[in-house]
Amino acid sequence: MVPLHWYLWLGSLMFCIGMAGFLIRRNIIIMFLCIELMLNGVNVNLVALSHYMQDLRGQVLTLMVIAVAAAEAAVGLAIVIALFRNRPTVHVDEITEMKG
Amino acid sequence: MEYTVWIPFLPLIGFIINIIFGKKILRTQAHWPSTLAVFGSLVLSIMALWDVINGKTLNYDLYNWIISDNFRVSVGFLVDQLTAVMLIVVTSVSFLVHVYSIGYMHGDSGYPRFFAYLSLFTFSMLMLVMANNFLQLYFGWEAVGLCSYLLIGFWYEKRSASDAGKKAFIVNRFGDFGFGLGVIIIFLTFGTLHYVPVFGRVEEIVTQSVNIYGLEINLVTLIALLLFCGAVGKSAQLPLHVWLPDAMEGPTPVSALIHAATMVTAGVFMVARCSPIFDLSHTAMNVVAVVGGLTALFAATIALVQNDIKRVIAYSTISQLGYMFLACGVGAYGAGIFHLYTHAYFKALLFLCAGSVMHAMAGELDMQKMGGLKKYMPITYWTMLIASLSISGIPGLAGFFSKDEILFSAYAAGGVGRFVWMLGTLAALLTAFYSFRLIFLTFHGDFRGTEEQKHHLHESPPVMTVPLLLLCIGAVASGWVGIPKILGGSNHFGEFLSPVLHHPHYEGVTHSEEWMTMGLSVFVGVTGILVAILFYIKNPSIPVRLAQSFSFIYRVLWNKYYVDEFYNLIVVRPVLFIAKSIIDAFTDRKIIEGIVNGLPALVGWTGAQLRKTQNGILQHYGIIMATGLLFILVFVLIRAIT
Repeated sequence: MVPLHWYLWLGSLMFCIGMAGFLIRRNIIIMFLCIELMLNGVNVNLVALSHYMQDLRGQVLTLMVIAVAAAEAAVGLAIVIALFRNRPTVHVDEITEMKG
Repeated sequence: MEYTVWIPFLPLIGFIINIIFGKKILRTQAHWPSTLAVFGSLVLSIMALWDVINGKTLNYDLYNWIISDNFRVSVGFLVDQLTAVMLIVVTSVSFLVHVYSIGYMHGDSGYPRFFAYLSLFTFSMLMLVMANNFLQLYFGWEAVGLCSYLLIGFWYEKRSASDAGKKAFIVNRFGDFGFGLGVIIIFLTFGTLHYVPVFGRVEEIVTQSVNIYGLEINLVTLIALLLFCGAVGKSAQLPLHVWLPDAMEGPTPVSALIHAATMVTAGVFMVARCSPIFDLSHTAMNVVAVVGGLTALFAATIALVQNDIKRVIAYSTISQLGYMFLACGVGAYGAGIFHLYTHAYFKALLFLCAGSVMHAMAGELDMQKMGGLKKYMPITYWTMLIASLSISGIPGLAGFFSKDEILFSAYAAGGVGRFVWMLGTLAALLTAFYSFRLIFLTFHGDFRGTEEQKHHLHESPPVMTVPLLLLCIGAVASGWVGIPKILGGSNHFGEFLSPVLHHPHYEGVTHSEEWMTMGLSVFVGVTGILVAILFYIKNPSIPVRLAQSFSFIYRVLWNKYYVDEFYNLIVVRPVLFIAKSIIDAFTDRKIIEGIVNGLPALVGWTGAQLRKTQNGILQHYGIIMATGLLFILVFVLIRAIT
């Protein structure tokens, strides 16, 4: 039986890697993947704690997060493709037209 | 007698018709609704007088105006002897002035507006005199003040006219403030504002006193003095007389109606109406008498040297109003109202004659530029001469009977009465002098104006001269209803008013003393006229030499005792200073504009600062979010440890 804190460490590690990648990388596709990584880190935490506490609400929430992540990926990639058609770059620093 | 409610409402209907249809439809026919309405009021007033003479009186509540807990006021009408007299005075003079105005205001661009205001004024004045409670009295009081303001500033394009209107309104504020306080104290004391219960119970509070910042003052005296404050403002008594001479900027019919015959006498009417209150306060009565007496003399001295024909008559009005207060102050309310009634006719006549002269002189007011008008305008001359004889107190004319009754009452009252009797007698001398100075400068001697004016001279049209002749009848005959017993009459007027105004009976005053006061007042009147003849007909160099040798006195009188300058210094300038340097420069510019302009500026500045965080670099947002997350984590950890 794998102890709980291993799962938590795994989740935290995935989240931190995702966050670091999000903050450091300029490629928008990579940043997307990092966001997914963060979300999945959270999912791991939720599932582990759900199992530990014998409470199914955590797993339900995980399904919610997966659904939202799927929608977000669809919309986000659509935006990236639309963006790429207008400007041949995936570098976020160069996309500043919407700046206030 | 319920028909009397139509007396004020007919002019109101006239006003409404004129204000709606006057400018567009009626135009030069705008006098019809107003004049017919006031004629209707005159007829109804005569009917009301007849009913009152036959012993009927009316105290009738038309409807409840205000009901708020125990504060109940109705619009109601009290028609008794005093009201009946006032109704006749107001409606008759108002009617004649309306007719006169048809000629005088002919061709003026504001013709419909003028008649609308006249109607509104007549309505307000009638509401004032017919009120059966203090609040309605106050309503009428303020409404006539409003009409006075509107009509003084009738030619508002003229700076001096609009200034005079404002001055009249603002000076009246001072008096009305006291009047309003008086009404409030009456309500607090009696719990009602209706005349009958207030006057019925006023004796119960005669011993009560109130403490105002350590000053113990009798409650009745306080109420009476506060009410008198209002009268001082409205009736242009010392020290609030300054607005009336300036009010002459208005059209002359307005001066005749509002600033001579009716509105300015509202103060006298109010004091007479409240005589049950005043009678109980010896102090207040003395104040009224002394203010009246001093004003009578003070205004008469100023009138001696003025050259503006309307201003002379205006100061004469102030002086005559002083007589009325003098009479009220010595308890002879009947005599005061009697003088109010006769004065309304001869003073309205004087003003309308002055208007007729101005009409002929193309608006010229300076008497030094007139002279010799007698042969050009005989009707105006003779009517004005009769009015002047009447005001000078020549026996047989109206002014003689009323002025004599006042002076005798003052003499007979003793005490303060003797003092004000002397003031009054001296003022009577001056009155006769300045009235005839006006006549001689205007109508006698050689014409001193320009050739153009001389060419223009003409008698006024009948629509103006007929009212003069009718008022002339009043100036001669109105006094015959109050011939004193000593001259074989029976003083019907005083007897008629006696149910409302208690009739003083003087003990220990002999017939010879009555003859003495009467003889003296006739003597000073005739002396005044003779001196005027000597000064302005026989030897015109005397007044010039007098003015030179007493140049100081002349200058003081010419500048009206510098009262205006004094008020300018102690009231107007400080108020303007506060307004400009404190309210405008500090409160307005700094505080209010600071808040109003500062808030948007603050929001704008905050926005500008926050906008810097919105730099469009996605990673920055990410860092901010991550930092936030870190903070939450630290917070949770600290909570978990402790």
